[in-house]
Amino acid sequence: MLPSRLALPLPCRPLRNIEVTLSTQALPVQVQNVSKIYGRTAVLRDVSLELDAGRFYVLRGENGAGKSTLMRIVAGLSRPTHGSVRIFGRKGSEQLAHLGYMAHAPLVYDELSGMENLRFFAHLYGMESDAPLEEAMTRVGLNPKLSRRVGQYSQGMRQRLSLARAIFHSPRLVLLDEPFSNVDPESAGQIAHLLAAMRASGTTILLITHQLGLLSDIADEFLFLSAGALVGRSSASRVKA
Amino acid sequence: MSSSLLKLTAVNIAKDLRLEWRSRDVFNSMLFFAVLVVVIFSFSFEPTVDESRRMAGGLFWVAFLFSTIVALNQSWARELRNGVLDAYRISPSAPEALFLGKCLGNFVFVALLECLMVPLFVLFYNLSSVGPIWQLLLVLLLGTWGLVINGTFFAAMSIRTHNRELMLPLLLLPVSIPAVATMVEATKDVLTGEASPVPHIKFLAVYCVVFTAASFLLFETVLNAE
Repeated sequence: MLPSRLALPLPCRPLRNIEVTLSTQALPVQVQNVSKIYGRTAVLRDVSLELDAGRFYVLRGENGAGKSTLMRIVAGLSRPTHGSVRIFGRKGSEQLAHLGYMAHAPLVYDELSGMENLRFFAHLYGMESDAPLEEAMTRVGLNPKLSRRVGQYSQGMRQRLSLARAIFHSPRLVLLDEPFSNVDPESAGQIAHLLAAMRASGTTILLITHQLGLLSDIADEFLFLSAGALVGRSSASRVKA
Repeated sequence: MSSSLLKLTAVNIAKDLRLEWRSRDVFNSMLFFAVLVVVIFSFSFEPTVDESRRMAGGLFWVAFLFSTIVALNQSWARELRNGVLDAYRISPSAPEALFLGKCLGNFVFVALLECLMVPLFVLFYNLSSVGPIWQLLLVLLLGTWGLVINGTFFAAMSIRTHNRELMLPLLLLPVSIPAVATMVEATKDVLTGEASPVPHIKFLAVYCVVFTAASFLLFETVLNAE
């Protein structure tokens, strides 16, 4: 049984009046009747969705179904045309410290090394110590001592650094947009193992991927998007059957 | 201003200086442009000492205005590369720290350029000041901040547009005209000693305060605009 208020496991010194405690009553993600319209094109149509804490969700759909757009809206990077999104029961930017996001782009500076990048982003979360950053680097299979600039990294290494940037602050909700793209099979398996460990520690994960084989044993539920609409959701056991 | 905001601003400045030290994208393009302006105009005219004093202010500020525009586009472009700005937007850090850090970083680059270019102006145009030099330093300081604060704000506005290289001058130049005209007049007044530059300096100070406050208040809206 979880306590009613759970302390955030990072030394957060927020600047946007963010509460440093999480209500375990609130769902990690509540998407209500969200539509996103660009000009005359509806990219998302009336999507409603609730994600429970500590579960692993895989978002599936054809190219252009609106998966990445939905993820950007949940992350707060894009505003829905209609509808609303609540993260841990709150709207807007109030829960950013609890959110980790990995996009198609690596979201890191090419001119800095991996650790320099993580140090910069750690400051934005009020973190001073190198220890959690080194741990994040190690967990994704990168050497924290690597002094090479990110511009000289391979695509797979960038992808792993991007994952380290998304998880170094131990977020309670992690959004991952195609984390296995450009990653060799061995590293992809390592990342899947890491995600399983995160889920086991209570982190909610929403992930977009086309490589389902890696997740067959760790995903809890699959969500299906088609032409901007949520057309179904089913448990992983039913999908496997 | 809270200490954490100041600390985050310092982190942003340090990051910008480190990125620039390693890439030299911004400073090299600024320096190249400013040197071109000085050299080309010095070949085009052969002014007397008095004429130099009258026209140097105009040349000087035109060179820095356009060099600043070149720099500002690039300083924001590196935040868009690899989508880094999104990583900033989903962090709990205050957007004002990013803006202030970017402004101060750009101020350092432009001020450094001025330190290199002023001796070149003196050399190529045979300049000497009749008025007190400290007034010229004050004009340089306020003028540079005026250019940088507006430029950084409007560059942030234009970074997501398709023609950002064109959009920035279109947005920035009309707003900067009163300040640039004042900088030119103030510089001429100090160099020639014909009139007091104090009213111009006061105008520049008010201009800087107003646009710093407005940019600071509006930056979060600009950052999160789609």
